[in-house]
Amino acid sequence: MVKFEIHDLNIWFGSLHAIKHVNMEILSNEILSVIGPANSGKTTFLRTLNRLNELATNYKITGAAELEREDIRGIEIEELRRKVGMVFALPLPLPLSVFDNVAYGVRMHGERGKKKLEEKVEEALRQAYLWEEVKDRLSESAFKLSGGQQQRLCIARTLAVGPEVILFDEPCSGLDPISTAKVEDAMVKLKEKFTVVLVTNNVKQAARVADKTAFFLSGELVELDNTDRIFTAPKDKRTDGYIRGKFG
Amino acid sequence: MRKFKEFIIEKLILICGLASIFFVILIFLFLLKEGLAVFKSVNLLKFLFGKNWYPISEPAQLGILPLILGSLLVTIGAAVISVPIGVACAMYIAEVAPIKIKEVLKAGIELLAAIPSVVLGFIGMVTLVPWVKAVFKVPTGLTALSGSIMLAFMAMPTIVSISEDALYSVPKSYKEGALALGATRWQAIWHVMLPAASSGILAAVMLGIGRVIGETMAVMMITGNSAVIPHSILEPVRTLTATIAAEMGEAVVGSEHYFALFAVGIVLFVISFAINVTADLFLHKKK
Repeated sequence: MVKFEIHDLNIWFGSLHAIKHVNMEILSNEILSVIGPANSGKTTFLRTLNRLNELATNYKITGAAELEREDIRGIEIEELRRKVGMVFALPLPLPLSVFDNVAYGVRMHGERGKKKLEEKVEEALRQAYLWEEVKDRLSESAFKLSGGQQQRLCIARTLAVGPEVILFDEPCSGLDPISTAKVEDAMVKLKEKFTVVLVTNNVKQAARVADKTAFFLSGELVELDNTDRIFTAPKDKRTDGYIRGKFG
Repeated sequence: MRKFKEFIIEKLILICGLASIFFVILIFLFLLKEGLAVFKSVNLLKFLFGKNWYPISEPAQLGILPLILGSLLVTIGAAVISVPIGVACAMYIAEVAPIKIKEVLKAGIELLAAIPSVVLGFIGMVTLVPWVKAVFKVPTGLTALSGSIMLAFMAMPTIVSISEDALYSVPKSYKEGALALGATRWQAIWHVMLPAASSGILAAVMLGIGRVIGETMAVMMITGNSAVIPHSILEPVRTLTATIAAEMGEAVVGSEHYFALFAVGIVLFVISFAINVTADLFLHKKK
């Protein structure tokens, strides 16, 4: 099923043309990885999907992004961001307990029942592969967790509000290899229920987890194909150059 | 030769740096020397908690409780008014306002800080005082409330600009994190930005209060200057600062009254020092 449809998307920040004429589809229950060198527009693209770019003052957009055939600009912004969750590069736990971190978003969306909160927190932590490690430490401060655990906590926090799509913005850039592997495991498991879009600077990570891979360069979508295709027989020379590490 | 120049400059700067400390110490010693003399005739407790301030009656009664309460009342009143408005204003400037409005507001706040206190006092005297008198139907508009309102204006620039800095320096990612979870702008500010900036905001509040408690001119002009223990905020009061300013000119040098005013100065010094240290603690906690 098509989750996101992007039609001739253009984005400017002031005079900088950050995204140029991008068309693509993102299918549900797949991991789409977005790769490309620095300043290629991959994070900007990601932040279009939950309208986080709009925080910038000199931002301009043309074209359309549709979530299940509805223009995302027509969806109430809080509702869109509940449906399209995001996990950031640096784990950003709030200065609260493990439990309250996960319950935070749920409470914010109006859920007050204690029973219901406990259920949601447990479910989210299980989905993020963190439950076994923290079930006895729920009342501890989230800062006591390791970096990898904190990142999975942030994933759980995103999952707890009931999203349909999860955007990952270089989620492992600050993590050691073992923590990275755990976050990747969680991602692969997540695609059973969710649509996952992963922006990564680590080409190998894209190769490991993604079903489809999109290569961005200077704001253009150069190529989008099945991951094994991209990594074995890319159509575009530039893609080939990038994944071989010739530039970027 | 270059080394020699370097040496001279280094020492000059050192002397400048030490000078400020040196002067503070001198001032403090002088204050202590003159102020502590009063305790030859009254004991500390009687001085601090005595209910009557009749410095020129015979024998003189030197209780500064009415003055302390006067200062506290005016300060608390000013804080109650200026803190919510100031913090809300900072939130608006830092988080909500479009750039143009932001610039205008910031300039306005700076302008507010630039108004001399005597000017504020006299504007208060001709506008605020009659208003307070009419609205609350009290015999005189020269009350603690008038002083509080006027001082709130003086505390506001400090509170707004330092709180705004504190909010501004909260990492953008905090706000984005909250928004990405589907928080409304208000939820993000209230649940995430404000707690993250809380130590800076507390410091702002303390510095604002520090300014209020040390302010003299405006309060002297509009609080009525009656050194009695106030029973409500709608009565005239006299603050510690106003007492010194009003009476120092008339006190005979070397008299009990003269020493007592210096002792009032010590009390004031201790209070503002405590406030500044608290503010500093909050500011450093942030880092």
